[in-house]
This record gives sequence, structure tokens and C-alpha cells, in this order.
Amino acid sequence: MSTDEFDVFLTRVEIDGADDGPLAGKTVAVKDNISTDGVETTCGSAMLDGYEPPYDATVVSRVRDAGATVVGKTNMDEFGMGGTTETSAFGPTKNPVDPERVPGGSSGGSAAAVAAGEADLALGSDTGGSVRNPAAFCGVVGIKPTYGLVSRYGLVAYANSLEQIGPLASTVTEAATLLDVIAGPDERDATTRYDAAEGEPDDHPAETVSYADAAREGFDEDELAELTVGVPRELVEGAADPVRETFQSALDALGTRGVETVDVSLPSVEHAVQAYYVIAMSEASSNLARFDGVRYGEQGDREGNWNESFASAREAGFGSEVKRRILLGTYALSAGYHDEYYEKAQDARAWVKRDFDEALQTADVLATPTMPVLPPKRGESLDDPLQLYLMDANTVPVNLANLPAISVPAGRADGLPVGLQLVGPAFGEPLILRAASAVETVVD
Amino acid sequence: MSESPERVTTEDVEHVASLARVDLDESEAEAFPDQFADILDYFAALDEVPETESEPELVNVMRADETREGLTQEAALSNAPESEAGYFVGPRVS
Repeated sequence: MSTDEFDVFLTRVEIDGADDGPLAGKTVAVKDNISTDGVETTCGSAMLDGYEPPYDATVVSRVRDAGATVVGKTNMDEFGMGGTTETSAFGPTKNPVDPERVPGGSSGGSAAAVAAGEADLALGSDTGGSVRNPAAFCGVVGIKPTYGLVSRYGLVAYANSLEQIGPLASTVTEAATLLDVIAGPDERDATTRYDAAEGEPDDHPAETVSYADAAREGFDEDELAELTVGVPRELVEGAADPVRETFQSALDALGTRGVETVDVSLPSVEHAVQAYYVIAMSEASSNLARFDGVRYGEQGDREGNWNESFASAREAGFGSEVKRRILLGTYALSAGYHDEYYEKAQDARAWVKRDFDEALQTADVLATPTMPVLPPKRGESLDDPLQLYLMDANTVPVNLANLPAISVPAGRADGLPVGLQLVGPAFGEPLILRAASAVETVVD
Repeated sequence: MSESPERVTTEDVEHVASLARVDLDESEAEAFPDQFADILDYFAALDEVPETESEPELVNVMRADETREGLTQEAALSNAPESEAGYFVGPRVS
């Protein structure tokens, strides 16, 4: 067993999978907010220190059935709330590309595990970019599937209407292979059964395509010449110079293969970060009410009444970012503020969706830098929460619109990885996987 | 930039914390009012968002109401800090 020099794991295990299957011989690291039967699942929080779920998440059963060996639970921002893996109650993870820098987050341990070779593949979860952000910062591939493609059963909920479990891997094809295994309907998550009312649950898109085949095939010369990539101005202008230059070089390289690039505009995205945080915090304030120190977690002071006991359990168990989000979510939903924040955020969400639909009428896929900045140094960005939220500008619109997106390495700037994000229409995973393979081919 | 019209007071934060049943430590109680003011000020731009019709593609999903195996009582209680005679032990109500 390796020394885990980048602190990617919270728990090391070796859970063997089935003898045979599409992932036979592969090792998989699992983010610590995805339930593993009898194996500690902390969500990076002191609140769940020692918590051992009595069941496996659907995605964990599926990777085991597919023959993979689960090798550990990976570090993360507490309950997924952060973009650097520094809000973990168990200390930060180092970026294997440059150990002084953050690996991104919140699935920072999963991305770093793949980048460092601690696991062949990893599972993360993406509520507002938490798979794509660390994939970009660590120089690996990460996929945020269309909402409803992958079961959330056994994922400890943060913001249910936004989040999906997604794969991380070194290559587009490997990530697609893991997506094939985890995607599909699950009777335990009704949002994966969107078409069940019309009859057959196996009409689910994942049942009729092979993502690995799409990634492996990519596009041939003729198809590339017919591909149109839309570039949303608003999501490029805000990026730091070295990021923008690397992104542009990758687009230019695609251009030499005949890919057409067009400018598109998404005026609504100016409000996406605001809408995302209002919705995510509101949902979090309700979801995290379950942590009261009675059924699991840290027991509160039992001197006072139940209100006092719960408040003390939650003071001891939650870190500052989690408290900040619960309180702001409670505020946004409270009488008198609901219309001003929550309702307006839902309007903005609908607007973002409409903008993406329109942009995807003129382009097959959209491309942006995944992150507007290069990975910061540890300790550099935690002081001002608002500045950290703004780092999510390019990833959160996709969650608001329920669309699929992939982050694929676009090259390096100042020796640090830059990710290129491709966004496609709902259940258009095969298309963005083919396009991502094309990027992989043209970028050394 | 002009000063935010509505500052957030310590009392405001304490009120929301009590609604959310979350005690704060000293440093949080000190830092949160200014941080919340900045964040809420930023959220206030949502006011410019036009009312937008959304047509969610939602359908009701029904299934037969059949019994199936669930967690055993022992498994359900296994993570409780305190249990007694098959029950969770909670704090007193008042």
C-alpha cells in the first residue's frame, strides 16, 4: 500500500468486486459522501466521524458488480461545501501536480487519487462543479452527468435538485467506461425514472448507448468538419489570462481539424452564481436538519431541552462553511425573504436553462474554461467566502440547467493544469464524450 | 462601491442561528455579520432577473406499494450515540 503522500484518503480499504465485469482489475476510489456498507463515511465532517452506513449506495454496488476493487474513501470539502478540499474537518489534500496547491473540490481527494495513481478511477459528486473543478485543477477528466442519469441513492444529500454522482479518470474513455457502469434507472431514486410513467423504465438513455464506445470512437474527419462549438463570451471574459490563452490554443488546435467555433451569448449567467448559492444553501438548510446527534453523529449536550441539545451537537459537529450555508439558507427561506431570494433564484434558474437551450440550437456543444483561475495555493483563498463562490462561475450554470458537462485537460499554463469544459444537451453524453476525445487527441 | 443599505447585525445572525438550531462559536459570531452582509448584497442582484416561465418536464411516477426487506432494527440503531430497548434516546422535550 502506498504512503498516500498527498492525503487523498480518509479511509483505506480493499473491497473486492465481482470476479468478472467491465471494471475487472480496476481500482476505484469513492468520495466520502457516498455510502459504503460498514465502511466509515464521514462527508469530511466531524459530525459523521465514525459513522458506518448499513448499506451501499447504488453506484457502489454497481462498481463492485462490475468487478472493480474499492480502495478507499476520499477526502472532500465538508458535505461538499467548498471548492478546494480545505473545509474538510480532517485536513486538506495536496494537489499531486504541485503539492503546495489545492486539488480543487469538493471532490478533491477523488481527483488527486487519480492524478497520483492511487486509484485507476474515482467517483465524485457534482452539485455546482465539484467533479469538474478538481478534475481541471489536477489535470484529469471529470464528468457531471445529466440530472437523472445516475442514481443518487446512498449519496448524502447536500442540494438534491442540483447534484449528480460522476466519474473521474485519466482519460475520456476510462471515465466513460465508469459512466456506463453507474448510469441507469434505479427504483430507489425516482429522478432516474423520468420516463417510467410512459411504460418501460429501460427506456432510460443509459440503457441504449455505450458511453465507452462513443469516447473510443470520437469523431472521424468528416464529422469533425461538421462539428460546431459554441463559446459563451461571458464565461471566457472573466477567466485569468493564462487560462484563457491555454483554452484558446485548444480551440485553435480543434480548428486545424476543421471544427467550427462560434461565439454565443448567455446573458443569464451573470446571475447564475447568485441563483446557485441561494438554491443550494436553501436545500442544504433543510437537508442538514437531519444531523441532530440522535440517530447518528455527535451527541449534543443533554443538560438542556431538545432545542439546546440539537444546537450544541450542530455547533460541535459542523465547520464554519457548513454553518454559514445552513444559516444563509434558513434566512433565504424565512418569512419575508422567500420571494426576494428563493423565488427570484428559481426564475434565474429557468432563465439559465432557456439560454442554454437557445445556445445549443446554434452550436452542437458549448466550450468554456472549466475554472476561471489556476489552482490556488493552500490557505490563499479561504478567508473571503464570497471570492470562493465566484470561482464557480463557469460550472454552476450547468447544474442549474440540469445538463451534462465534462472537464478535459486542455494543456498547462505556468506548469499548472487547465481544464476545458464541454456542455451538451440533456442526455447528450455521447456527443460531449466524442468531442472531449477530439480535444484529448489535439492537445498533446 | 457604496455601503450596503442593509447591514446585518449580530442579533440578526443570532436569530437565524436559533431558527436553524445551530450554536456558533465566538469567532463565527464575530465574522458572520459582515460576511453575510457581503453575500446578501451580492444575492440582491437577483432582483434584476425577469420573471421567467419554467416548464419542468415532470411526470408522476407510481409504483405498487409492496413490502420489501429494509434495515433491521439493530442496523438502524447501530450508529446512534445512545439507544435503549430498541429505541433511540433523545434529549428531553422541555
